[in-house]
Amino acid sequence: MNFFRQLFAILAKELAVEFRTREALSAMLVFALLVLVIFNFAFELQGIDIKILGPGILWVAFCFSGILGLGRSFARERDKGSMDGMLLAPVDRGAIYLGKAAANFLFIVIMEAVTLPLFVILFNASVEWFPLVGYILLGTIGFAAVGTLLSAIAASTRMREVMLPVLLFPVLIPLLVASVKITQGAFQNLPLSDYQGWLNLLIAYDVIFLVVAYLTFEFVVEE
Amino acid sequence: MIETLKLEKAFGYRQALKSTTLTVDAGQVVALAGPNGAGKSTLLRILATLSRPTRGRVAINRIEIPEGAMAARANIGYVGHQTLLYDELTVYENLRYYARLYAIDKSDARIREVAKQVGIEKRLTDTVRTLSRGYQQRAALARALLHRPRVLLFDEPWTGLDQNSSSVLNAIFENARQSGITVLFSTHEFERSLNAVDRALILRNGKIVYDGAKSEWNDAAGFAQVYAEQMGARKV
Repeated sequence: MNFFRQLFAILAKELAVEFRTREALSAMLVFALLVLVIFNFAFELQGIDIKILGPGILWVAFCFSGILGLGRSFARERDKGSMDGMLLAPVDRGAIYLGKAAANFLFIVIMEAVTLPLFVILFNASVEWFPLVGYILLGTIGFAAVGTLLSAIAASTRMREVMLPVLLFPVLIPLLVASVKITQGAFQNLPLSDYQGWLNLLIAYDVIFLVVAYLTFEFVVEE
Repeated sequence: MIETLKLEKAFGYRQALKSTTLTVDAGQVVALAGPNGAGKSTLLRILATLSRPTRGRVAINRIEIPEGAMAARANIGYVGHQTLLYDELTVYENLRYYARLYAIDKSDARIREVAKQVGIEKRLTDTVRTLSRGYQQRAALARALLHRPRVLLFDEPWTGLDQNSSSVLNAIFENARQSGITVLFSTHEFERSLNAVDRALILRNGKIVYDGAKSEWNDAAGFAQVYAEQMGARKV
């Protein structure tokens, strides 16, 4: 029972700190908007099928913006020494991980909730919101799961701003490919059987990385 | 109670602690002195379960760490170089957050009690960022005392404290002694810090080179002399 109370205490603290400073959220939102605008100008999309290119553009915006938020997740704790405060408490390290990962997931979802309608407007795309939103959330779970773990690793290094993308992007490749493929399926209204394999891969990725990160987090954060 | 046996800690090739054996009994207040880089903070961080020893045995209230670290943490109150508080939150919000992490029942009453003990009860609704260094340190002390720990580990707690805040710290030490709480703190400020202690240690190059009761040196000036002898006797 304490596990969940502590997890929710960490999540509530993360939300309170972020909504006071808006450090990560504002950076993520501005960056996502910039990515969409740049792609809009760069591709001059008249004549190009947005149902094929759109998912890639969308996930690039999610990924690059999300990484800004993930980078702040542990850097802020390390800068202020408050990570030690959490580690001093009799809290399961898994609860710390899940609390931070849940907070990162929510921040990325907020960014996506603003980015997706902007994408639809800027690119004049027609999308079926269901099941698209569900697929995006599924991809975001894996992104936040692996991103939170690697953010903790990167935060303890000297070049953490550089280290996080260097560590994260190679690990994200299967997730990104699967997410783009199933998002394309949703954009094109393809039958589920056409991209069921990618959906299975995405679910497996989420489960594997959540479990691995939960189990290994203790070794990442302790000296 | 704190017990270490042949404790060692290495960072790569650098040996920060060398075969450190130490016992601090319940109710004892012990000062840990030594030059920069002597290993004081490393020792305190290992005792606080923030760092794993390379070799040797450590026990807090007879709970072996790192194996029993989770259970030991409930007994440890630690104040480090940083406050470990969130600048954006109020003092109350910070303490409530830590009360939840330590699963403290009736946390509101306990927060107000500990805030009164360190003299910060009128600043509970202030954000930590707006507090002076002295009040931030008081808030850090409140955080460390919140869960009624049996072992207090303070890393240079006098840094940035004015005379009033210093008296708060001395009162905490006196209260700890009477309540059978073990206190180990590092210090560079002999004048202010040695009044309330029972014993002092000198750490140098990762080894305890002096361990003496207050009766051996009486006051800060006496300890300063012992310290100078220890520093002069062995060249770095």
